Amino acid sequence: MTPLTPFLEIADLAVAFDGVRVVHGLDLRLDRGESVALVGESGSGKSVTALSVLQLLSYPRASHPTGSILVDGEEVVGAGEQEMRAIRGSRISMVFQEPMTSLNPLHTIRKQVEEVLAVHGGLSGAAARERTVELLELVGLQEARERLDSYPHQLSGGQRQRVMIAMAIANEPDLLIADEPTTALDVTVQAQILALIKELQERLGMALLLITHDLGIVRAMADRVYVMEQGHVVEEGETAEVFVRPAHPYTRKLIDAEPRGACPIPEDEAQPLVETKDVTVEFPLRGWPRKRSLVAVDDVSLRVRQGHSLGVVGESGSGKTTLAMAIVRLLQSRGEIVFDGRSIDGLGFRQLKPLRRSMQIVFQDPYGSLSPRLTVGEIVSEGLVIHEPGMSAGERRDRVAEVLTEVGLEPEIARRYPHEFSGGQRQRIAVARAMILRPRFVVLDEPTSSLDMTVQAQIVELLLDLQQRHGLTYLFISHDLKVVRALCDEIAVMKDGRIVEQGPAGQLFDAPRESYTRALMNAAL
Amino acid sequence: MSGSDSVGAAELPEAGASRRMPAGTPAHLVFAAVSTLGQRRWAAFKANRRGYWSLRIFLVIFGATLFAEVLANDKPLVVRHEGRFYFSIVATYAETEFGGVFETEADYREPFVKDLIRDGGGWMIWPPIPYAHDTIDYELPGPAPYPPSARHWLGTDDVGKDVLAGLIYGIRLSFLFGLVLTALSSIIGVLAGAVQGYLGGKVDLFGQRLIEIWAGLPILFVLIILSSIVESNVFWLLGILVAFSWMALVGVVRAEVLRARNFQYVTAARALGAGDRRIVRRHVLPNAMVATFTFLPFILTGSITLLTSLDFLGFGLPADAPSLGRLLAQGRANLHAPWLGLMSFFTLATLLTLVIFIGEALRDAFDPRRTGMQS
Repeated sequence: MTPLTPFLEIADLAVAFDGVRVVHGLDLRLDRGESVALVGESGSGKSVTALSVLQLLSYPRASHPTGSILVDGEEVVGAGEQEMRAIRGSRISMVFQEPMTSLNPLHTIRKQVEEVLAVHGGLSGAAARERTVELLELVGLQEARERLDSYPHQLSGGQRQRVMIAMAIANEPDLLIADEPTTALDVTVQAQILALIKELQERLGMALLLITHDLGIVRAMADRVYVMEQGHVVEEGETAEVFVRPAHPYTRKLIDAEPRGACPIPEDEAQPLVETKDVTVEFPLRGWPRKRSLVAVDDVSLRVRQGHSLGVVGESGSGKTTLAMAIVRLLQSRGEIVFDGRSIDGLGFRQLKPLRRSMQIVFQDPYGSLSPRLTVGEIVSEGLVIHEPGMSAGERRDRVAEVLTEVGLEPEIARRYPHEFSGGQRQRIAVARAMILRPRFVVLDEPTSSLDMTVQAQIVELLLDLQQRHGLTYLFISHDLKVVRALCDEIAVMKDGRIVEQGPAGQLFDAPRESYTRALMNAAL
Repeated sequence: MSGSDSVGAAELPEAGASRRMPAGTPAHLVFAAVSTLGQRRWAAFKANRRGYWSLRIFLVIFGATLFAEVLANDKPLVVRHEGRFYFSIVATYAETEFGGVFETEADYREPFVKDLIRDGGGWMIWPPIPYAHDTIDYELPGPAPYPPSARHWLGTDDVGKDVLAGLIYGIRLSFLFGLVLTALSSIIGVLAGAVQGYLGGKVDLFGQRLIEIWAGLPILFVLIILSSIVESNVFWLLGILVAFSWMALVGVVRAEVLRARNFQYVTAARALGAGDRRIVRRHVLPNAMVATFTFLPFILTGSITLLTSLDFLGFGLPADAPSLGRLLAQGRANLHAPWLGLMSFFTLATLLTLVIFIGEALRDAFDPRRTGMQS
């Protein structure tokens, strides 16, 4: 199946920024109607490659020292702006990751779709309007005609992404480049969007170049796959072949990094360490004469047993983070919260302070959770300064060194600042800060979701290891079912502030009772 | 992108690409990340040549005026009389000690005293400018105000006081006063802003309204009324000016604190059991410091201008204090002696410009885009 001229042929392409090469000698071929995935971790050069096809990099800072990109036999490297404009949006179009920032917030969606039609198709007036409705219906935007005059903020993330896709396919391009098209979306929406892209591709006979870090998506979408590492393509081949028999060690590492398997179930009948009874969190909203309020967490009752891990899964906005903050008493809530047999929901700051030693929290974003103005040592030792003010500086240094070693970092880094470290290292520092007080209960709020695949696997491993060594109890919050399965033996599914289903992990994965749980499981690739 | 890891992190496990560095960060930027924030800020400050040189010139001028008594004085630095040394600047000696008549302090500029010392086989070393700011030269060759000459380099004012001596003492007083005023009002402003921003809610609401009302009071009228009730001195003036100038920083600090109190590392500190005071001091206020330091030079110039204009109008410091504003007023009253107005104008303009340039360099130094780090 090698036709004479592929639609897109990239040969020996290099991309450099200010003279520093970030993509080296890349070869890629894409036939008409074919789906190809470019997979790699952040910084591997996959997006840069995609952008150079459309010559959308910030030239002249960026340059192509070597290589050629042939679109249907025509060279685009060094092509003039005029020629590129004829290709962009017409023969090749692109869907970006962030549907929020890719649409102009000041214009209605109709105006934005019609603009694409006017630029390339020359359509305007009533014809453009009809075509817009047609396109929006094609991408499955419900009540398309009524939504024509909505602004982007009035649509949900999934709806915005549908509009983006409608704009991309408006001129029936030969190639659709999708750069992480679903990364910013919830799992169920993610599945819908991927199904839509697949369906459109078949209907319109487009080729698809899919840029992603998610192997699950690659498996579901791509005929062939290119694996990139640090600007090099390290492996290419048929998707099925690559997944079953990865040739390159990096590919193997990527595939192994996918969390899989269920966590070992600790001996049962342990006492509950944390319990909530009908916990409700409300945020007051403006309103007059009656104050209204937003109920973020609604009558949630949970139990986390000593030494076990409870996973709370749900989509964005389901209230899982709010619940976690309420449990560690960082947010006001109603209802009873019991920690170690003691009711803690009514306690004041002073009474809570000694308990803070035993319950800690690790946040999602390792970039926001470490103060940029303090050294790693100061950040990690803060808990000791607060809870053991009598401790000498030397002793404190030893403890910091000890805990840094435990989370897999060099003790010497205590003198450095967080910005010198990568995301995974920062997350280890955040874990060290929580662990230095030797807590019994740790809330993990999506600790892996802003990290690369391989790093994610390492953090999960670290957390499991720490749990085993210290008998920790985890409350693990995530939208990623695979990670939850790898880490938790009990799972609670949250939707709109309520727990819809709760039970042992195995049971929930194999025989979900609620339809929402089933939808969630099916959507997860 | 192979070049995007910070240097030291590369030998550690999972050296993934650091997110803050854009694709293909040049090597020198990568190395810059190793130095501390303070060093990078100082480098950014020095990179603004104009501001850096302004700082050096300003420090020399201000440093010199701190020793005004040695530069311009109506007493000699050292007196030698009958085998003994007298340090007349630091100690007070009666005329009788040199064999004179009066038991009051010796007036070394009087020919009688000069003769006494010379007769005792002694000598005197005078400062480069043998007049203090309040010395009246009774032996002027012509009527006061006397134009610039070898005797008075910048001339005298209309009662025969040396202008250069007045400037030296005036600069010192104005800047010291300005610095103290800036320091006091900044401390109060930062505290008030931090409290309002961190506590929010009703405290914030009422605090803001209070400031709006307070800022609406006409400071000049208050001063005029007060000067007719109490006798003005430096501390009175300082107190009143602080009371009306502490609002300058509140808005900025409050906004920064409002932003910072929701940062995740602040929540992390709360989860560790840190109290409010610790959180504000260690995690929240450092964020506001950038804005504060950027504002300080401009508050300083504002303070100096305020003091000068009050002196000019006659509601400022007591009449015998050396002040730039009073010299300016003299210039206005004696238009036939243009050196008075010109000199005080040039002095003020130069110094305030220097401070503004320093402020601009300071703003560069705290600009996260120039120091390669988000604040």
